[in-house]
Amino acid sequence: MISKESVPGRVARVSFLAAWLLITVFPLYWITITSLKRPGDIFTFPIAYWPEHLSLENYTGLFRDHQFGVYIANSLVVAAVAAAAATAISMLSAYVLARFEFRSKSALLMATLVTQMIPAFIALGPLYLLMTDLDLVDNRLGLILVYIAVCIPFCTVMLRGFFENIPDALEEAAMIDGLSRFRALFQVLFPVMKPGIIAAFIFNFVNCWNELFLSVTLMNSDDHKTIPTALNGFISSFNIDWGSMSAAAVLTILPTMVLFAFASRHIVQGLTSGAVKE
Amino acid sequence: MEERQLRGQPDVTLSTHQQVERPSPEGGARPARKSAGRRPRKPEFTARRGLVIAGYMAPAALFVAAFVYYPMVRGSQMAFRHWNLTDLTDTSWVGLDNFRAVLEDPAWPTILGNTALWVIASLVPQFVIGFAIALWLRRNFRFRGLYQALIFFPWAISGFLIGILFRWMFNSEFGVVNDLLQKAGLIDHPIAWLAEPRMAMLAIIVANVWYGVTFFAIMILAALQSIPDDVYEAAQLDGAGKARTLFQITIPYIRTTLALTVLLRVIWIFNFPDLIFGMTGGGPNNETHILTTWMITITQQGDYGKASALGLVVVALLLVFSVFHLMATREKATREEKGARS
Repeated sequence: MISKESVPGRVARVSFLAAWLLITVFPLYWITITSLKRPGDIFTFPIAYWPEHLSLENYTGLFRDHQFGVYIANSLVVAAVAAAAATAISMLSAYVLARFEFRSKSALLMATLVTQMIPAFIALGPLYLLMTDLDLVDNRLGLILVYIAVCIPFCTVMLRGFFENIPDALEEAAMIDGLSRFRALFQVLFPVMKPGIIAAFIFNFVNCWNELFLSVTLMNSDDHKTIPTALNGFISSFNIDWGSMSAAAVLTILPTMVLFAFASRHIVQGLTSGAVKE
Repeated sequence: MEERQLRGQPDVTLSTHQQVERPSPEGGARPARKSAGRRPRKPEFTARRGLVIAGYMAPAALFVAAFVYYPMVRGSQMAFRHWNLTDLTDTSWVGLDNFRAVLEDPAWPTILGNTALWVIASLVPQFVIGFAIALWLRRNFRFRGLYQALIFFPWAISGFLIGILFRWMFNSEFGVVNDLLQKAGLIDHPIAWLAEPRMAMLAIIVANVWYGVTFFAIMILAALQSIPDDVYEAAQLDGAGKARTLFQITIPYIRTTLALTVLLRVIWIFNFPDLIFGMTGGGPNNETHILTTWMITITQQGDYGKASALGLVVVALLLVFSVFHLMATREKATREEKGARS
């Protein structure tokens, strides 16, 4: 298909790809190495590219001097509940948008698209006032509700793409067999779409886990902070403690990387189709 | 495994090409899907169908309406009112005063310029490097799946954390960037990257390029894999060289996807305050603010009226840009098509 490669062409390709790989991986290597140095060693010359003394002191300090365990628990609960709820709700809306034709459909799709162009943080102030009215400020449930709403539009677009790949004969047969549409959706389509649904869940989870501005605005007591909110507190202080910071960064990045590795091909599929379709 | 998934994609990317002429951005999906061979669904009990549709859409619609649209609508009203958390007794209608406050703010010209620089200087290298990676990833090689997984990983990290990672690497005293540059002999004394406005802008843009290349690589690779092989075979028979094949076949073929990807990316970079927040917080002395980081800072200061006005300005700018971009790319597409026909 592609013309045969010349030797210089091959050298250029391999060195370019290798260089980019190095550039991509280096920041992650660097933060990990920093986190594994003894706290004092971080601020010494010459800068060590491989530490003489490996130490977990930065990690233990994170849990001893800060409530990092609480932050992790908060992030975990908020992201897991919001992602699960958003995925379930989006399944229903995606199903309808994939299977039915109706007059207001294009308007609904447009409304979904708009939320992708105008990010939620543009309305931080009014959202804060709304949550105050609902008595949901500094409340994990409040944050969960907002995250569900923020996740739904893109998740719907993504799942709709997956539904469209499944022939509707499948649930029709189930419905002829006497299953209600709702049960057909969850008992027949759900198993078929499982990889896509898990990918959608992971995508939502990672987005909630990483979200900063909404949680900074809505959560203020230390017991309710999610990880990004806590990290924001770390960098707002006058002198950043890079030892704790690097350890915290590694602990935040690690779970999302593992999850992404599991779901990357479905996420890629969802993103490319979602982006080029609408 | 990844490449197989991406390969399974071409129908999707192809369908955009069919949509080139379509005026509304979302209108194309329906006919394209019908032509995919699914028989048209006959509308049975209309009332019942309506109930199913409404019932299934209701939870999603309620959530989005309450927590996304309502705040946005309320925010756009606030833009015309005096609304400051420091004094909530006075929420009177002030007309365009908030907009005037934004446009007459001494920081406005700098921040507008920063935003343009941030978008363009991040986008161009992202596009070029992403395109190169996609072109070179098209050829299969051993460990390609692993390679893709490794270079795609920045995606799993939030922009805020990327900012923190690069903030540490660009640290003036103990940062690895200064160390490497000194070792390479490119500089003879450490640069105070994040303390000097121009250097700080450069640093955040470098970080953003690093982060955004992946997106272009993914999108362009998916588009490239939608190009049928016989197109290339024909080009080869005609004796077209590598450069000619790239500029006269590859790029025109995926032009629609490229244009859409660029559009999405511009909007996204424009709306991407996270990285800057983690890296400089808009500093030093507000010199690395872009419109959206500035808006969030104003919100945090409690001036919701001014922040909302700025939010509307941002939306207006994006809208103008999107319309302009769509018109420009479509005009080019139709013109070239006409040229090809004659």
